[in-house]
Amino acid sequence: MENNSAAGYWKATLGLLTKIMVVWFLVSYGAGILFADALNSIHLGGYPLGFWFAQQGSIYVFIALIFFYAKKMSEIDRKFDVHEE
Amino acid sequence: MDLQTLTYLVVGASFALYIGIAIWARAGSTSDFYVAGGGVHPVTNGMATAADWMSAASFISMAGLIANMGYGGSLFLMGWTGGYVILAMWLAPYLRKFGKFTVPQFIGDRFYSKSASTVAVICLLTASLTYVIGQMTGVGVAFSRFLGVSNETGIYLGMAIVFAYAVFGGMKGITYTQVAQYCVLILAYTIPAIFISLNLTGSFLPQLGLGGTLVGTDTTLLERLNQVVVDLGFAEYTTSVPGSKLNMFVYTVSLMIGTAGLPHVIIRFFTVPKVADARYSAGWALVFIAILYTTAPAVAAMAKYNLHKTVNVAIESNGDLYATESAIKYDERPDWMARWEKTGLLKWEDKNGDGRIQYYNDKTKNADVAAKAEQAGWKGSELTVNADIMVMANPEIAMLPNWVIALVAAGGVAAALSTAAGLLLAISSAVSHDLVKNVFAPNMSDKNELMVGKIAMAVAIVIAGWLGLNPPGFAAGTVALAFGIAASSLFPAIMMGIFSKKMNKEGAIAGMLSGLFVTLFYVFAHKGIFFIKGTDFVDMIGGPNAFFGITPEAFGAIGAVVNFIVAFAVDKVTKEPPEHIQHLVEEVRIPRGSKAVDGAH
Repeated sequence: MENNSAAGYWKATLGLLTKIMVVWFLVSYGAGILFADALNSIHLGGYPLGFWFAQQGSIYVFIALIFFYAKKMSEIDRKFDVHEE
Repeated sequence: MDLQTLTYLVVGASFALYIGIAIWARAGSTSDFYVAGGGVHPVTNGMATAADWMSAASFISMAGLIANMGYGGSLFLMGWTGGYVILAMWLAPYLRKFGKFTVPQFIGDRFYSKSASTVAVICLLTASLTYVIGQMTGVGVAFSRFLGVSNETGIYLGMAIVFAYAVFGGMKGITYTQVAQYCVLILAYTIPAIFISLNLTGSFLPQLGLGGTLVGTDTTLLERLNQVVVDLGFAEYTTSVPGSKLNMFVYTVSLMIGTAGLPHVIIRFFTVPKVADARYSAGWALVFIAILYTTAPAVAAMAKYNLHKTVNVAIESNGDLYATESAIKYDERPDWMARWEKTGLLKWEDKNGDGRIQYYNDKTKNADVAAKAEQAGWKGSELTVNADIMVMANPEIAMLPNWVIALVAAGGVAAALSTAAGLLLAISSAVSHDLVKNVFAPNMSDKNELMVGKIAMAVAIVIAGWLGLNPPGFAAGTVALAFGIAASSLFPAIMMGIFSKKMNKEGAIAGMLSGLFVTLFYVFAHKGIFFIKGTDFVDMIGGPNAFFGITPEAFGAIGAVVNFIVAFAVDKVTKEPPEHIQHLVEEVRIPRGSKAVDGAH
């Protein structure tokens, strides 16, 4: 409880959101679209890598991101003492 | 037992299951009808959300479009899943904390204005109605095949059944019915995919099969598919893009933020018990959605390969695709083709009069292919396959047992019905509660409110069915338009309502109206005013996709940018929101003090 203020809580929340959105952007728009052609020269099994990110990989990362977010937010809620119950 | 009887039995049994569950669950839960998720585990709620979300567009249409578009089809996969990340982090927990039941209520309260809420209703109705048109297209496909009738008759019957289903009421609101629908839908989707993956690649998981090696060869599926489609004059499967990379990028953005702006999805997160649950619930919903979404690209590639393999026997034997005997004889075509010809969605026209089916890209720019086709005496591609039939026909193309085909019919019907009914309920509550009661007749009785809602539903279904007869595109493409409309109008307003304390009502209203207007203008220019055939004015805007080659389906992202710019500009020159609204925003941002949702104003 080093910084028990609404402003601090909001800042921590936005910080977490920014980090997650960077990863979110990199796997989908980055690996899946912008750099897909370059990544396609690498293969993952029978998949060209860029194609894999666009049709499989980005979706798996999205799931991981939401659960990571939910867990981290619970920690932030407690740290700033704004959690429910 | 013949296929038609078996299909009736399986679809009938699935209906009996939903109705049985609805009756069983209803007895105990009339009181918390609207708070369906209260006391329901986040995993169960996630499953119900997934059923609600995955419509005819996801189930019936999406894989077919991916099969057509190849790599470019990834925009549906990333767009319709990546939006959940935005939804889970930017909107769901805060809207849950806010604790109102509809999106127009949130916008009306946050922007302290009935006009704002009315504008939100208009945006919501435009998006939902467009979405229902896409659903009706899918319903037509499902019912025409299921009953063995023409596509038009399928749509008329579908309209009647969807209407009965929605009016029967609250069906949709009951979480356990949706859990059952999810189970039917996901089994119907994955079982044929597993069979086909095993047949083609020997891999049990379609997600691995797509990257696997064809049985009995050392060529991978994707490599062989690339070869075949390129040899027949189509674009290479793993690299083809829709128009341009820019269009693909913008299209994906549009679908993602549209996901986060669609009212019937957002509503799901109003009904969980706690703010923390809203966050996890989005994660679980995405897990269940991902089971279908990671299977879909495998279904797409395998169905495409199987379809080519069926009509051109040289593909399997690795022979000359252009040899006379390679194209199969029409008289010896498999039964499934005859069954789909009845619906009018699959057509054969013997252009060179040799009684065989030649299927290739006759508009190819590949001179080599054009020369080979010419030499072989091919006079144009003779087979027209509507993309929307790919998933439904998939098990038949792969010659799977009849019970699998019947199961897919049940899944398609479930997907189309649940979402169409859900959207109709959203439309009816927006019209009756947020528009008529809130603005025109505040003293209306509950009974009349319900009546107005039912009339709104009936009107919506007639319009949607009528436009569904001449749809503006394939089911998934039409649904993408709905996402664009939600992305450009509702999403920015909700987001600014949470993330900007200073955004005022003038800014929000101007933003919503301009975003909606710009998007509709571009869409109607291509697809006709209110999607009525023959009223398009695409020449006026400088030809199709005149704006940097961006297609109308992708334009929602541009509309959203316009919305944000206009909103901030207007906000700058008008006075800031009252003190209590700024406090309200601060209050919404922290989880503590969340209470149960109430629908009252």
